[in-house]
Amino acid sequence: MAYSEKVVDHYTNPRNIGTLDKADTNVGTGLVGAPECGDVMRLQIQVNDETGVIEDAKFKTFGCGSAIASSSLATEWIKGKTIDQALSIDNMDIVEELALPPVKIHCSVLAEDAIRAAINDYRAKKGLEPLVSEKTHH
Amino acid sequence: MKLPIYLDNNSTTQMDPRVFETMKPYFLEVYGNAASKSHSFGWQAEEAVDYAREQVAKIIGASSKEIIFTSGATESNNLAIKGVYEMYAAKGNHFITVSTEHKAVLDACKHLEKLGAEVTYLPVGTDGLIQVSQIEAALKSTTVLVSVMYANNELGVIQPIREIGEVCRKNGVLFHTDATQAVGKIPVDVNADFIDLLSFTGHKMYGPKGVGALYVRRKNPRVKVTAQLDGGGHERGMRSGTLNVPGIVGFGKACEIALTDMDSDAKRLGAMRDRLENALLQLEETYVNGNKEHRLPHTANISFKYVEGEGLMMGIKDIAVSSGSACTSASLEPSYVLKNLGLDDELAHSSIRFGLGRFTTEEEIDFAINCVTTAVNKLRDMSPLWEMFKEGIDLKSIEWTEH
Repeated sequence: MAYSEKVVDHYTNPRNIGTLDKADTNVGTGLVGAPECGDVMRLQIQVNDETGVIEDAKFKTFGCGSAIASSSLATEWIKGKTIDQALSIDNMDIVEELALPPVKIHCSVLAEDAIRAAINDYRAKKGLEPLVSEKTHH
Repeated sequence: MKLPIYLDNNSTTQMDPRVFETMKPYFLEVYGNAASKSHSFGWQAEEAVDYAREQVAKIIGASSKEIIFTSGATESNNLAIKGVYEMYAAKGNHFITVSTEHKAVLDACKHLEKLGAEVTYLPVGTDGLIQVSQIEAALKSTTVLVSVMYANNELGVIQPIREIGEVCRKNGVLFHTDATQAVGKIPVDVNADFIDLLSFTGHKMYGPKGVGALYVRRKNPRVKVTAQLDGGGHERGMRSGTLNVPGIVGFGKACEIALTDMDSDAKRLGAMRDRLENALLQLEETYVNGNKEHRLPHTANISFKYVEGEGLMMGIKDIAVSSGSACTSASLEPSYVLKNLGLDDELAHSSIRFGLGRFTTEEEIDFAINCVTTAVNKLRDMSPLWEMFKEGIDLKSIEWTEH
């Protein structure tokens, strides 16, 4: 299968690989996927309490090139954004940007889930209710 | 060195230039039908086929009269299994085979089950081998055929063929072996191994694709199979169809070369394979699949834990290999052979089959070692599972989200 240039670029030079301290109260961690499905993404955000801005984002992904690229792109996009802005990222934006084929759309869904899971983890640490997903995935 | 490098010689092999040269005249000059008895075009073609039949028979210690040319090992397997079922229907309907056989054997058996056959699929041990005692225990008064592959295509493990053959002979049961991966690579002798039917093919041993053979024993016991193709009654009535003369000539030459070069090839490739394997085993959490001792010299199947198969394939795109990935992502099917080994924690690793060949160089092995090592390290650095493993977290203790 041929990968798009952008997928190859993110796979070859992934942005924001790494680990934030998950015990930090300003860090939210989202772990989504399952080893038996062949994809596991862990996306972490570090949020400024006062501004609500995501000041840092890191990821680690076990999966195919498209899964790695989707999570790499997701961290790139949410860095510097507010939580609300980050929540507005749609998986189809990722599909479009990376030119993912239909069989790889689940990778983009997983990346969107990872953002939401990280935000919910952060909210839980701040004593807030988790956000319920309002949309159904494409 | 030209990229990508080819390390998938269990799938198919590059044709040996000596084979190609031998085949050449049989396209444009000696193009007769080997069954044409009335002119020199036919006689020359027949002569070439007769010569090739000797070469092909010799590599398995058979007589040329016992060779039935086919289109390849898939057809040979089908002819052996379905042909025996039809021919020996009066004797019984029970077949014994192994769960890690090639699909050509397994699916032929499944087909027969629909027609009323009873098939026993024996499981293999964690090393990919079956025990002769399993065969003995599975035999019934209605058993007509035991079919066990000589060497496994994914793992390279070599089954205890001689012992199985002996048990079959003693019990008056026919013994078929799919020797596609073994012939030309390791010594195979139908008499010493008590083999009654044997499938093999040209393209796995530097010969042409589209030509193979089924060995059918002619005495002690005399074996017959019911033809699966009806027509002109070629190949002693067991396989109709105009003979693929250039292919057969090439197959013959490939067998002749393989017989001459077998020992030196095996030694050289075995040393290179071991070097590759030992270098990759320097990586943590890396394992060889299948029995290491009873194994083809040119094959290695290696699992890298906490690395996803498709991601790894992308990282080593300059090496042509097969992935028997155990993951279940959309495009990579899990390998039923690896699953049958009952690998521990099988879902979080990926496996690669390296198949060296006659034209593999030391430089290519160096490249492969480097390339795979770099890719595995890189993917583990970005794998959350690897991080968890390093922190001592049991992956089974985590509640994963289905998606």
